[in-house]
Amino acid sequence: MSTTTGERTLSFDEALATFDPVMGLEVHVELGTNTKMFCGCPTEFGAEPNTQVCPVCLGLPGALPVVNAVAVESAIRIGLALNCSIAEWCRFARKNYFYPDMPKNFQTSQYDEPIAFDGHLDVELEDGSTFRVEIERAHMEEDTGKSLHVGGATGRIHGATHSLVDYNRAGIPLIEIVTKPIVATREKAPEVAKAYVATLRDLLKAMDVSDVKMEQGSMRCDVNLSLMPRDGDTFGTRTETKNVNSLRSVERAVRYEIGRHAAVLTDGGSITQETRHWHEDTGITTSGRIKSDAEDYRYFPEPDLVPVAPSRETVEALRATLPEPPAERRRRLQTAWGYSDLEMRDVLNAGLVGLVEETVAAGASPAAARKWWSGEIARRANTEGEDVPAYAARLGVTPAHVVELEGLVTSGRLNDSMARQAWEGVLDGEGTPTAVADARGLELVQDTGALEAAVDAVIAANPDVAAKIRDGKVQAVGALIGQVMREMKGQADAGAARAIILERLGQA
Amino acid sequence: MTTDLTRATAAELADLLGAGSVSSREVTRALLDRTTAVDGVVRSYLHVDEDGALAAADDVDRRRAAGEGLHALAGVPIAVKDVMATRGLPTTCGSRILEGWVPPYDATVVRRLREAGMPILGKTNMDEFAMGSSTEHSAFGPSHNPWDLDRIPGGSGGGSSSVVASFQAPLAIGTDTGGSIRQPAAVTGTVGTKPTYGGVSRYGLVALASSLDQAGPCSRTVLDSALLHEVIAGHDPMDSTSVDAPVPAVVEAARRADVSGMRIGIVRELTGEGFQPGVQARFDEAVQHLVDAGAEVVEVSCPSFTYALAAYYLILPSEASSNLAKFDAMRYGMRVTPDGVDAPSAEQVMAATRDAGFGDEVKRRIILGTYALSSGYYDAYYGSAQKVRRLIANDFAAAFETADVLVTPTAPTTAFRLGDKLDDPMSMYLNDIATIPANLAGIPGLSLPSGLADEDGLPAGFQVLAPAMVDDRLYSVGAALEARLAAAWGGPLLDRAPDLTEVSR
Repeated sequence: MSTTTGERTLSFDEALATFDPVMGLEVHVELGTNTKMFCGCPTEFGAEPNTQVCPVCLGLPGALPVVNAVAVESAIRIGLALNCSIAEWCRFARKNYFYPDMPKNFQTSQYDEPIAFDGHLDVELEDGSTFRVEIERAHMEEDTGKSLHVGGATGRIHGATHSLVDYNRAGIPLIEIVTKPIVATREKAPEVAKAYVATLRDLLKAMDVSDVKMEQGSMRCDVNLSLMPRDGDTFGTRTETKNVNSLRSVERAVRYEIGRHAAVLTDGGSITQETRHWHEDTGITTSGRIKSDAEDYRYFPEPDLVPVAPSRETVEALRATLPEPPAERRRRLQTAWGYSDLEMRDVLNAGLVGLVEETVAAGASPAAARKWWSGEIARRANTEGEDVPAYAARLGVTPAHVVELEGLVTSGRLNDSMARQAWEGVLDGEGTPTAVADARGLELVQDTGALEAAVDAVIAANPDVAAKIRDGKVQAVGALIGQVMREMKGQADAGAARAIILERLGQA
Repeated sequence: MTTDLTRATAAELADLLGAGSVSSREVTRALLDRTTAVDGVVRSYLHVDEDGALAAADDVDRRRAAGEGLHALAGVPIAVKDVMATRGLPTTCGSRILEGWVPPYDATVVRRLREAGMPILGKTNMDEFAMGSSTEHSAFGPSHNPWDLDRIPGGSGGGSSSVVASFQAPLAIGTDTGGSIRQPAAVTGTVGTKPTYGGVSRYGLVALASSLDQAGPCSRTVLDSALLHEVIAGHDPMDSTSVDAPVPAVVEAARRADVSGMRIGIVRELTGEGFQPGVQARFDEAVQHLVDAGAEVVEVSCPSFTYALAAYYLILPSEASSNLAKFDAMRYGMRVTPDGVDAPSAEQVMAATRDAGFGDEVKRRIILGTYALSSGYYDAYYGSAQKVRRLIANDFAAAFETADVLVTPTAPTTAFRLGDKLDDPMSMYLNDIATIPANLAGIPGLSLPSGLADEDGLPAGFQVLAPAMVDDRLYSVGAALEARLAAAWGGPLLDRAPDLTEVSR
């Protein structure tokens, strides 16, 4: 296969010196409904092949579709979140083409009457600026089944001895979100593409309409790209790179196609309108099938379904369910919590914003909330292949535990290392922080007489170190504190020990 | 019991069964025996389910003996057009491409029959995928008209009309996309009703043209049609185009049989020229009977009906071309591997299978529909046809301002000879000229026998049309006319049909 070597490309800077990129992004999102778009079959990912099927999603003769009302609600909410107008009346259409994994050989989709249209999404770029991506439409459709070609070397139909088809995915509700041509991004085109998909992903996740797992295909991006001469006004011929399945790949695919188009055009060639396959491993695209504008799907209104006509009251009621947009929420919380950009990004990347928010609301300090949820529990969750919120929920560990733990430290009962032990006990299922501390005998010694005696003993046993400190080398105090802690079997307050040592050695 | 059980109407059988004078097994057995005797020449059935029907009959008999409250038609056997999905029983739609397919589910109509305790005798013959007006397009050979075995029993539901006309079943389920219940009823001297579109669920009806298809009753009397109508009608959440409203009181209307004060509209465009004189004469007499019964006659005009046939033959093939795309050899039915191809692609297997599995009429309409939906032609063809459809609905709405029901001859001619129109699709299509407008507008229609045409002695049909969801009015008019005609004839028209047992021996 020719997937290891790409075609000639110009460098990104060379390409951008002569051309302006024009992008169009089409994102397919599988909705997280319990049942399929037109029947009651479950939508669970990863089930045994053909166990989640019925006469309707198998397209058996005579079976009829019925629209999933929850999917329509999700579509309307997505439209509203993308600042779209919501159709007062729209229909499904049939998109007719033959494909072995498509049970009816037509896809029930929307064509000239989408549920949502004319919206926009603002995306933040790394330099802090905002770029507005205009949305053409968001429409509802159903997914197809999945073919598995067996016996060939490549997993493609060519050379395969037979093919197996899994229809579990057939009929899963999809929303396709299509942008208007994205122009005037210039060298920021790859970043804009990535930021758009990322912003969309965060938004859909916050809305709880999809699990937006690009690696599982529940969110997929097709990248349309063309070049026009610098400051020109006529779009060039575009290519459509299909099923790009990570944020990084979106950025790389845009970058690669810009360089490839530029090379073809500067060599005096012309771009063929076609679909392209993206190769994650080599970072290149290869030619797929030639796709002309005139491809004839023979769309016509789906006669088996009645029109969808959401009332304005329904639309407004759904608007009221929209969450705060993730970017706004992020800014608000970072300010409220006083996190640095780095701290905020860590919390975001670890998916801890919700837990931190709940924990702070329960009475913990933002610092403690971040510290305890991103430490040992995150490490364990990662080992178990779970995210922290799910893992914590499974263990029964709650924000209240963090609040209690912080209280034990601020009241002076536990020092930091004791608190870590208490937290480990909580994660091991030994009970609340207080119960763990009680059971393990974790308690700072409050008797200053004992602490002073230990300090004196350690100073006597280490005259060299004591002398250094007396001479002003205060950083050496750590060694003495460590020995005091050992002497006290860890139950000393390190801060108090430090104060007494420095006092004894005249450095207070 | 002196009555011949095979000649009893469904209403009579229901009374006998209810009174315990006869068992469902006896009735079912009698009908199956009649099939053994005559279906060799009539060929109404594609599949007879003797075991299933008798088991269902025994079940009803047992439940009745146990004192269970049963449906009025419980134990009355029925035949079902082979276009309805039947769990465990072959469903071929008269096509080779579905030969051997046994659905894993029941159509809603079939489920309702089973729930009512009606034994299903078998599946009746039909034009392939319901495309035709003669049942000659069945891949398994034509059905025959019991009045004259050399003639067609109508189509596409010729199996359902002939099974009733030849006394093999008191009732049958048909489907009507452009007249496939009413025209076969007309040419076999039986009764057939197309309910309001959406009045009976389409779930499990293998689609010909989704926006036109409608299942309905085939019977020998108007009351029997109404009784069956009540069993199969009503909202179905599995069909989103199903009407969510109470079923009109059709049985009550059939029993009332009252037309006094009713305004009967004669559609100027569907009478006179183009209609066989004998058919027209029976129609005129029938109208006079209604006047005698107290109805008032008005003439109405529906100018857009001129375009009905053209619009129908764009909309139907368009929807059919898409509905039939699922028959691709991938999941069920026939599979043909192309000759001389070493490793055929999926597309090659699909093409070879569709070539071998579909008959000429089906291919003709798929090609027509594919063309009509093509980009660049959509507006000129499908789009225009949809506009005509609205005009026709408007014509009906205007006509129903001045008339309570509209009446026409059901078909322009009596049954033509087998083979006569097979090579002339246009002339075959013309046979549905009076039935098609109702499908385009979604309104209900009923056909009942109006007598025998003088020139050939064959049955002619009388069609009654009513506004959407006023199906009960069809039964009032139909039953009133039926009673007067039976009085004039001295008995049911079918008594004059030949005794097929003589022919088949």
